Amino acid sequence: MAIVRWRTESNPFRELERLRGGIDRLFTEFGPGGETFFGRVYPAVNISEDGKNCYIRAELPGVNSEDLDVSFVDGSLVIRGERKIAPEKAGMSYHRRERQEGTFRRIISMPERVDPDKVSARLQNGVLTVTLPKAEEAKPRKISVKAS
Amino acid sequence: MTTKEMELKQKKELERGAGEPTRTGPVFVPSVDIFEDENEITVFADMPGVDSNNVDIDLRESTLTIYGRIERQEGEKEASVYREFNWGDYFRQFTISDVIDQGKITAKIDQGILRLTLPKAEKAKPRKIQVSTG
Repeated sequence: MAIVRWRTESNPFRELERLRGGIDRLFTEFGPGGETFFGRVYPAVNISEDGKNCYIRAELPGVNSEDLDVSFVDGSLVIRGERKIAPEKAGMSYHRRERQEGTFRRIISMPERVDPDKVSARLQNGVLTVTLPKAEEAKPRKISVKAS
Repeated sequence: MTTKEMELKQKKELERGAGEPTRTGPVFVPSVDIFEDENEITVFADMPGVDSNNVDIDLRESTLTIYGRIERQEGEKEASVYREFNWGDYFRQFTISDVIDQGKITAKIDQGILRLTLPKAEKAKPRKIQVSTG
């Protein structure tokens, strides 16, 4: 029986890099924009962008603006709040109770530099839209190529 | 007071039967609360993204149909970077066993929540029957 010597890698991080490469490939193949990622924290968010702004949207039906706190801290957007379901009159009998109430807190770290002073939020038809204008240095710049 | 933390539940997609929708894209089953008292049946449905012009409510025979079309709020030039939920219309049907006073149905949508009140017709209301001793 041949004994194969355990091969020691000259670079111990090579395996780690290979793994990272695999994960990167997974993301470029299935995302972004293509696949839906199933998060674990309420509310679920969608992130999109155009040349000027990043947009974060979340479905928050029935959340009053007074019960919602949106803040931008240290490069991350924090969405906090509470969803309340008004107690109904006594003597009601329930057939279905599927809607839930409670508190929520979600932190989203922004992949791009944004201007924290210009972040705005709007709640329309139970959908929250946070508009985060990109910082000047993060905006795409066209570089003119001169022929010599 | 509620201190319970909310759990993330994925929106339930409608199982497609024989009827094929004309609009493309996913259709979701909205979460509802339904309760009744002796006068009326009240339905609350979570339909974020739907405004009052885009809800159809139909009560035919004993089938109540709720359909909500969403208004997409994204701009034309926006490109998706990361997505955890999909946008889609809402559809749900219920069978109502009580006799409903059709003319008095009221529906209101506010902050993405539909509130539907279905008043019971006179003859469907419970009547207390006096039992006399003879």
